[in-house]
Amino acid sequence: MSQAATDTRPEAERLEAAMSGFARDFGRRAAIYMESCIHCGHCAEACHFFLATREAKYTPIWKLEPFRQAWKRQAGPFSWLPSALHPGRKPSFEMLEEWQELIYDSCTMCGRCTAACPMGIDIASLVGQARHGMFSAGLVPPDLLSAAERAEREGSPLGATPKVLRERLEWLTDEHEVPIHLDLPRADVLVTLSSVEIMKYPLSIVAMARVMEHCGQSWTISSHGYEATNFGMLSGNADWQRDMTLKLVDAAIAIGAKTVVLPECGHAYSAMRWQGAEMAGRALPFRVLHISEFLAENIGAGSLRVKAIHASTAFHDPCQVSRRGGATQAPRTVLAALGLELREMEDSGELSFCCAGGGGVIANSRADGLRHKAFEIKMRQIDATGADMAVTSCANCRLSFDDGQEHFHWDRKMGSLVELVADHLQAA
Amino acid sequence: MSLLEFARGPGLAIALILFASGTLWRLYSIFRRPAARVLSEPRSTALVSGAIRGIVRRMWHPATLRRRSLAATLNAYAYHLGLAIVFFGFAPHIAFIQRLTGLSWPAVPGVLFALAVALALVGLIAALLARLTSPVLRLISGFDDYASWAVTMLPLITGMALVSLPLDSSYPMVPDRPIAVAVHLLSLELLLAWLPFGKLSHAFLVFISRATTGAAFARKGATP
Repeated sequence: MSQAATDTRPEAERLEAAMSGFARDFGRRAAIYMESCIHCGHCAEACHFFLATREAKYTPIWKLEPFRQAWKRQAGPFSWLPSALHPGRKPSFEMLEEWQELIYDSCTMCGRCTAACPMGIDIASLVGQARHGMFSAGLVPPDLLSAAERAEREGSPLGATPKVLRERLEWLTDEHEVPIHLDLPRADVLVTLSSVEIMKYPLSIVAMARVMEHCGQSWTISSHGYEATNFGMLSGNADWQRDMTLKLVDAAIAIGAKTVVLPECGHAYSAMRWQGAEMAGRALPFRVLHISEFLAENIGAGSLRVKAIHASTAFHDPCQVSRRGGATQAPRTVLAALGLELREMEDSGELSFCCAGGGGVIANSRADGLRHKAFEIKMRQIDATGADMAVTSCANCRLSFDDGQEHFHWDRKMGSLVELVADHLQAA
Repeated sequence: MSLLEFARGPGLAIALILFASGTLWRLYSIFRRPAARVLSEPRSTALVSGAIRGIVRRMWHPATLRRRSLAATLNAYAYHLGLAIVFFGFAPHIAFIQRLTGLSWPAVPGVLFALAVALALVGLIAALLARLTSPVLRLISGFDDYASWAVTMLPLITGMALVSLPLDSSYPMVPDRPIAVAVHLLSLELLLAWLPFGKLSHAFLVFISRATTGAAFARKGATP
């Protein structure tokens, strides 16, 4: 049953909630962007969902149409005009229902459209803001909402509660004979995880533990704040985003951490590295590093020594770490240290195509068909490299690749950068 | 008061007032909005350089994006360049600007002017055809897009009607057809008056928008 059907508020009230939600996000940056679009359509040619379908409705700037109309009517330069003369039409509830697919199912907030916009409009950030209004109106895809509610209620979108975490870490410690510290009272490094890793890719946790031990770090995972994937942000609930961020911040402060290491998860990086302090309302008293940055930094410092791999590889850049996060070079430093021949895709680095599962899209099962179409672009580009292997540094991307592999019976497997490093550590 | 006297006097004054006040209002409406507090630790503090790089870099698409938008990009450059040469490089226009501001500069040669007119005309028509035939552009276009196209095209058309006419000996560099001159001047005034209220305001917003993203991305260490 759709959420629209379960939300019992009258449509007028929900529409008003959406408009108010949109209005809360009309800050200066949004105002600049809302006023600057020249309707050139270049953003369409950058979007994997448009390229995969050639359907005009997937033009990125069109996905923001209700947000734009709300801006015009509520806060734009001519919002004071009487309704009959107004340049913007008032969005209807039906319009918002129709746009739910465009704002959630067909946008991963990967920001490739931003790279293509001749006006420099950061469309991806506006979609993130538009989701706030949609959430207020109860217009979130049911699967994504369930995951977000569970994350807020239990601390994990996938049921990786503190109890489950503890059990899994104990099992991993026994199984792989590596110390995985949990709830140490003090540590320099707080290692955070993604529930996808806890439930589906636990070897990534083992790999992070091995790397931390190899580097001689004082580190721990905290059962009070471990889930770094922020479903509050993905679903569009800013309060939940803040709650989820503060769990990590408080856990890091409680143990006196100097560094918080984020897992292989792109949106976790965006949520904590670039929005964490803003959510907390103060500068953070610790550094925030993506695991690929941590690896590159320790390789540079000589504290992480790896054995060479004689092979070629393709690297899939997680959009939020690379294009939108500024850490494009870190994984390349790691791959170079591993002696791998990096075969870049036709679109790589900051222009890389998204795996099509980011922004909560992979958690939204009704978008599977569309996501698979967009994924084909990525599959073709990886195949074209002819590389022996392919790796990435995002568990959510891996999930998307694994799903694509199964769907298309693809003969490739996406690997994890941190696992690759952990498997090739030099003996002390 | 003749139509030409109106166009040269009150009409021009009204257009300039609308242009200036509209631009200021548009900018005020943007900058009165609250700026978000940015608290995350920056990777780079070279924000001015990022803003400038953002403005410059977006003059041309990165290679892998360029292929898909090359024709539209080249066309946009063609008619922007054509319009700039026509407006700032034609001797009667320079004389008009000199009367208003006291500033003047040499005119472009006739061949270059003719080429500029062709670039502007053909480019604008091509842009309109693209807007009317592309499903994407049709979907995202509205009144503003077509109105802005029309008010840009009008001075070109009304100006072309004047080019071959004899000059008025009593008013240097102006053809001896008062109604035609008035219509041309009024079409320019319409463009000036409309500019701040529609998408033609990208003439100044392009720098603000690109610089905003350039600085924000530079702060993160990403490409502006």
